[in-house]
Amino acid sequence: MPSYVNPEKCDGCKALDKTACQYICPNDLMVLDKATEKAYNREPEMCWECYNCVKICPQQAIEVRGYADFVPLGASVTPLRGSDSIMWTVKFRNGTIKRFKFPIRTTPEGSIQAHEGFPEAKPEDLDSELLFSEPDTLEVEFPTLNK
Amino acid sequence: MPYEAEIREVETDVLILGGGMSGCGAAVEASYWAKPLGLKVTLVDKAAIDRSGAVAMGLSAINTYLGMSGRATYGQWRPEDFVKYVRTDLMGIIREDLVYDIGRHVDSTVHLFEKWGLPIWKDKDGKYIREGPWQIMINGESYKVIVAEAAKSALGMDNIYERVMITHLLTDDNDPNRVCGAVGFSVREDVFYVFKAKAVICAMGGAVHVFRPRSTGEGLGRAWYPPWNSGSTYALMAQVGAELTCMDVRFVPARYKDGYGPVGAWFLLFKSKATNAYGEEYMVTRKAEVEKFQPYGSMQPMPTCLRNHAMLLDMKEGKGPIYMRTPEAIKALAEEIPDEKERKKKFKELESEAWEDFLDMTISQALLWAAMNIDPAEEPSEIMPAEPYFIGSHAGASGAWVCGPSDLMPDEYKDAFPAHYNRMTTVMGLFTCGDGAGASGHKFSSGSFTEGRIAAKAAVRFARDHKDYTPAVSEDRIMKLRELVYRPLNLFEEHKGATTRPDVNPNYIRPKMFMFRLQKMMCEYCGGAFTYYTTSEKMLLHLLKLLQFLKEDSEKLAAEDLHELMRCWENIHRMWVAEAHARTILARKETRYPGYVYRSDYPDLDDANWRKFVNVRYNPQSDEWEVIERPYVQLVPE
Repeated sequence: MPSYVNPEKCDGCKALDKTACQYICPNDLMVLDKATEKAYNREPEMCWECYNCVKICPQQAIEVRGYADFVPLGASVTPLRGSDSIMWTVKFRNGTIKRFKFPIRTTPEGSIQAHEGFPEAKPEDLDSELLFSEPDTLEVEFPTLNK
Repeated sequence: MPYEAEIREVETDVLILGGGMSGCGAAVEASYWAKPLGLKVTLVDKAAIDRSGAVAMGLSAINTYLGMSGRATYGQWRPEDFVKYVRTDLMGIIREDLVYDIGRHVDSTVHLFEKWGLPIWKDKDGKYIREGPWQIMINGESYKVIVAEAAKSALGMDNIYERVMITHLLTDDNDPNRVCGAVGFSVREDVFYVFKAKAVICAMGGAVHVFRPRSTGEGLGRAWYPPWNSGSTYALMAQVGAELTCMDVRFVPARYKDGYGPVGAWFLLFKSKATNAYGEEYMVTRKAEVEKFQPYGSMQPMPTCLRNHAMLLDMKEGKGPIYMRTPEAIKALAEEIPDEKERKKKFKELESEAWEDFLDMTISQALLWAAMNIDPAEEPSEIMPAEPYFIGSHAGASGAWVCGPSDLMPDEYKDAFPAHYNRMTTVMGLFTCGDGAGASGHKFSSGSFTEGRIAAKAAVRFARDHKDYTPAVSEDRIMKLRELVYRPLNLFEEHKGATTRPDVNPNYIRPKMFMFRLQKMMCEYCGGAFTYYTTSEKMLLHLLKLLQFLKEDSEKLAAEDLHELMRCWENIHRMWVAEAHARTILARKETRYPGYVYRSDYPDLDDANWRKFVNVRYNPQSDEWEVIERPYVQLVPE
């Protein structure tokens, strides 16, 4: 069942206004069982193993067990995502462990202002082919073709 | 008691459907131009935009970057070069105006991504490191998070509706060829949304799970493209009568088997070769057979479908498994560095790069390699062509027939459009981009975002030019649509007691079985993976008969909850994609894309008669499909 929830660790995101995994799953798979107050993946065969629930879970309660119809048992891939980098632990079936760390962004979370640094739009420019950051971000003269 | 959701109406000027790469590009661009005009921009997504769309997991490369200003380690291409490359890969039929347009803008998008915080690999001189001629490498785990943050900053969360599944576009009561909004339902609460707008941008991605996938158990979800891309873009546009193009140009990605991990870095960056099980390079041994598809069979780089074709010839002869020869590639890289200490250091880097390639975008592949104890320096890994996908942004070209930019679009195309706005479809007020705009593949993530920007600027212009327009949609139509949208919930409630097991009930069909039925017929009659992508007129006509039964039975779809209701509508949308696909293949009487789809009754490529666009259009008034042929116009010389 691609992503699965460890009931020992899942607290149903009691401290949050909504469960993190339910908020993030791109395929609407994660749900909270109201009776147990634990999350679960309701449609494991529709799981892309995108790991977004694993990465976001504040309790690190979610893991992935590879698709049972082609993945041999015994391996795991575990991320630990920070604000500027992610660490991965890859455990092989034979016990080999590999660790990797990669950067994920170069600016602070929440700092992006899409139009910052560019002048406000001039209504008359709406009729040109140039997009909002151009020609600045193009860095060359705007190309066209002699038909 | 019939299910009745609250109706929530949202009035806006520019409505963006979908918050993936192209939807976020549209949001950033539209909000910029809309602001001084006092126009409102609204975005709707069926998921959370931080992690929605095809880039939800991340990406390890940006596949379209021209490097016009000389920022890359090599390759300072012009848009003309990009047109030639895409034209070759897509077997000679593309909209050169659209492709050129992407090419001339895409670098500016990539530079914005870097400014916003996307880490791009650089060499010691600060140049972007290329993976291949057109690609640059990134640390892309948070690619979508960054792009979504930009979109949110531009729009504000008040103008973003998440977890709303769009089911239908709205057309104007007084003009059936004028789109003026969309309806859909919240998958979280009992709310039926009615969005009314002057311009609508349809950007809900490609289509997955139309064909039976190779993995049909738990691995069903491990599609190469994400399973939540259910073809809504194509279906919604088709339903209102928009002309679709290249719906036969499906994409069959050859990837690491089952995990569908990327092969680009291994082929391009590590210079790996692929062979059959006997060590023969099929690209060499099958040269003569590939060259039958002239002139494209002799062009470089070899078109993607022809590379598949060569591989499939070996597979059919039982010469598989096909392997990516990773040990030989690693050995060759090692031999370039005689010093042992340096070599070890380089190896450590290469190993990290190879794993990041998987971990950034296809984590399952890393898990599969770990589960199979694969050390790529020691043993090769199997690759295989996957099931067919619909994707206008990659090495496929399905999508709507759209208007091009005013300075580039050939005169031959002008008559198709009710007005001339870049990326507007043949339906007034309806725009598309990314996977939705056809005949212009190889946009990938950066080009899709760029095309979202292009479409959005034109949509704002359209909204400005139609500022006095008010959508006319009667109350009666809204009520009927609501009834239709929630019908599966009511059907389930009404009949669930008729049997002792809710899955098996003669009164309805649940969406999962409905999807399996579609996938089975598409796989068996429309050239799925299990028939080596082969079909014929006889098989297609049989398929259309089966599809008719399925269409009728779509009225019997039943859902237990809102999540399953979403699945119902996703599968109805898939069904529409299937029909457009089958009808286009039926009309094109040649085999132009061997390796993607074969016509057994027309096994050859026929440039003299078929180097043209085969478009299809559903007529909502007559409930009939028509085929429209459009000329291919060359703008960039060979």
